[in-house]
Amino acid sequence: MTNDQLKEKINGWISGLEFPENKQYLEIVVPAESLLKLSRLLRETPETLFDYLFCLSGVDYGKQLGVVYHLESTTHNHALVLKVKTDDRVNPNFDTVCGLWRTAEWHEREVFDLLGIKFNNHPDMRRLFLDDEWVGYPLRKDYKDDINIIER
Amino acid sequence: MEEVFQDIIIKHSDDYIINMGPQHPSTHGVLRFELCLLGETVKYIIPHCGYIHRGIEKMCEKNTYQQIIHLTDRFDYLSAHMNNEAVCLAVENALEVEVPERVKYIRTILAELNRIASHQLWWCAFGMDLGALTTFFYGLRDREYILDIFEESFGSRLLHSFNYPGGLMHDLHPNFQQKVKDFIKYFRKKLPEYDQLLTGNIIFQQRSIGMGYMSKEDAISYGVTGPSGRGSGFKCDVRKHHPYSAYSKVDFKEILYTEGDTFARYKARIDEMWESMNIIEQLIDNIPAGDYTAKMKPIIKLPVGDYFQRVETARGELGCYIVSDGNKNPLRVKFRTPNFSNLFIINKIASGNKIADLVAISGSLDLVIPDIDR
Amino acid sequence: MDLNIYDFTSFTKWVDTALNSVMSPGWTMLVELVIVGIVFIAAYAVIGLYLVLAERKVCAIIQNRQGPNRVGPFGLFQTIADLFKLLGKELISIKNADQFLFNLAPFILIIASFMAIAALPFAKGLHAIDLNIGIFYMFAVSSLGVIGILLAGWSSNSKYSLIGAIRSGAQVVSYELSVGLALLSVVIFSGSMQLSTIVESQANGWWIIKGHIPALIAFIIFLIAGTAETNRGPFDLAEAESELTAGFHTEYSGIKFAFFFLAEYMNMFIVAAIASTVFLGGWMPFHLGGFESLNHVMDFIPPVIWFFGKTAFVIFIMMWIKWTFPRLRIDQLLKLEWKYLLPLNLMNIVLIAFIVLMGWYIK
Repeated sequence: MTNDQLKEKINGWISGLEFPENKQYLEIVVPAESLLKLSRLLRETPETLFDYLFCLSGVDYGKQLGVVYHLESTTHNHALVLKVKTDDRVNPNFDTVCGLWRTAEWHEREVFDLLGIKFNNHPDMRRLFLDDEWVGYPLRKDYKDDINIIER
Repeated sequence: MEEVFQDIIIKHSDDYIINMGPQHPSTHGVLRFELCLLGETVKYIIPHCGYIHRGIEKMCEKNTYQQIIHLTDRFDYLSAHMNNEAVCLAVENALEVEVPERVKYIRTILAELNRIASHQLWWCAFGMDLGALTTFFYGLRDREYILDIFEESFGSRLLHSFNYPGGLMHDLHPNFQQKVKDFIKYFRKKLPEYDQLLTGNIIFQQRSIGMGYMSKEDAISYGVTGPSGRGSGFKCDVRKHHPYSAYSKVDFKEILYTEGDTFARYKARIDEMWESMNIIEQLIDNIPAGDYTAKMKPIIKLPVGDYFQRVETARGELGCYIVSDGNKNPLRVKFRTPNFSNLFIINKIASGNKIADLVAISGSLDLVIPDIDR
Repeated sequence: MDLNIYDFTSFTKWVDTALNSVMSPGWTMLVELVIVGIVFIAAYAVIGLYLVLAERKVCAIIQNRQGPNRVGPFGLFQTIADLFKLLGKELISIKNADQFLFNLAPFILIIASFMAIAALPFAKGLHAIDLNIGIFYMFAVSSLGVIGILLAGWSSNSKYSLIGAIRSGAQVVSYELSVGLALLSVVIFSGSMQLSTIVESQANGWWIIKGHIPALIAFIIFLIAGTAETNRGPFDLAEAESELTAGFHTEYSGIKFAFFFLAEYMNMFIVAAIASTVFLGGWMPFHLGGFESLNHVMDFIPPVIWFFGKTAFVIFIMMWIKWTFPRLRIDQLLKLEWKYLLPLNLMNIVLIAFIVLMGWYIK
């Protein structure tokens, strides 16, 4: 399906979706509460069938924290970007998608490790790279480390 | 959702746990597997990573796009060229710069040479994992040839940083074309030796055929790409499906095997070496004359937005995701490294097998640890 | 034998009478034991060290390399330098190890291999002891080494060592059957278990030629099983370095490690020596029944050279196998023994018994 057809199709499923301008892929910003529902529909609807999550990145936009999902369908060869954002910097949390794409389990652990975004219902929500005792989340913009990071 | 979590590990207090790594000859670096054994059989495997986590993504946020190139060498050090290329292509696409044809051709040739060198080292190490120590010297003998070409052209053997947003650092060495042609001629004779030494060996075949089965659905769901994924029939060759540089101009096959076992992954890599040689042969005589770089501003600022570039490295799909806020530094750079996704299927495909098979299977995934930890 | 210039019996007799003329028989016995002991210790060390060097050179050739070439001409003193390095290393003692057994293990391994070479006939009249059950003795003693391996693995209190030791135990116990049965085939041919009689019985042709197909089968089985019994590649599961780092000797250092190392190479030498004694005629020159002139020419080459030449040939085959084959897995290893080698071996023995009964071998 082309991006326009996809957009038309997906827009009808859930209210509250935004489609910002993006030159490369079709971009969807989804409210946090309907993330899992939309993901499931994208994964399981035969016309879309996004079965390959090729990137999952956590982003600190300064004020907001967000997670970006890059999805592709190996049968229909179309791709899209799913974004979810939150203003809560103290206890940010989203639903996990690792039941739909198994690779998400470790990508989500990495996001938790470096950005402190928790994923509800995740089977193994531990730090991945850093020690369990590590204080703070290094990829956040307000992370301070006087020893290892030199401010210029 | 319960059924999809069936491979979740349940620990018991009386499990016989041994640590494989972080210093272990066959984890190929500082990776640690926590193994639970039942006699010789592995019950489950928990990978622990982070021993070589250097925070490259954090460093990228403080550096300019030109500087990021040099950091990307350091994760998958065996396919340094492709890592550089990912960032360069992402920046070029964001700025909508048209790079000269010459650059595209050279990048493709170098990427394929780099791929051959990487697969050669994988072949060496894979033989070592299975106890065939002689493979190591056969592979390194031929790899030296490629590294010498690299050294002459860029001054470095492993971490090239030869790419630059907009083109290349400098032009090729005049001997380059001849040397590459010599190498292809030489390696076409030497590659059958690899088959004679290892592929046809009865012990090797018994150790690899049918071991570590990965289904196509698992490969897609776990995001296992590269030769490992293609050994299971997952059509994931970025060069074919999302061509970049000069890949749209060459004619090559996507190597696909459907068996999904260790031997299929092995064969996929061996065949890829042949295919890479075909690609180089098609390009090496036709490098167009012209500039080695496009005109670029000294300070690169990407427009606000996010950009994603997919590149096929020797181990699979590398994604470079750049979020820009319009400054000379990126707001966030994320590298979707192939090994990060490839590693975590290990519990699924290797548990239930013997320790020796775990070594073979993790060898067949071709893990490079800095690529996982970044 | 026409030629007696290489017969060591007269030499040993002369030593014996010379000693007897100056001291009492009891003292003579003691002095002779000491002399034999010193000679064997020296031979053991020299053979062990140069086998290590030979292995490094052979694998270097197979791998397109130079091999050691810095210490001495062609690297001849490399292993001696290595020995001094190992002697100078710290003996690390493990806190939770069973200290007594931990220190005992390498000696058991060394003693087992040491006892085995005592019965080897190096040349006519040149062996320490000529037991009438020589083959049985060798076979029994050379399998004692596994006790040392098991002790080493268990007493180290390390999980990798324990896995290596248990693997080794399962492997050695299984492959002993094939070793024994393969040797039994020649015992049937020659009708004796005494090593000197077996060698003498090959005066008109080696058993591998005289016994044609069944002897060849037994020889190949013996090579495979012998390689497995000495824990060498492709059967080196006990120390599989890519799986268990170093297996049962992971925790050893310095000279204790060197003992394991030396014992491994000596076991290889012993297996090769038995193979050459039993199947290839030992010190017996290349003789063919009926070709008197050829036999006479061959007699001019000293038996010691024949013995070591044949042994070196067998050792080279074992090294060749090691450096070209990948390692087996433990279940494949046991399957090979119990499902293929053992039934084949038993059938082979029945065949040999039938052949000997009918007299269908070359006499």
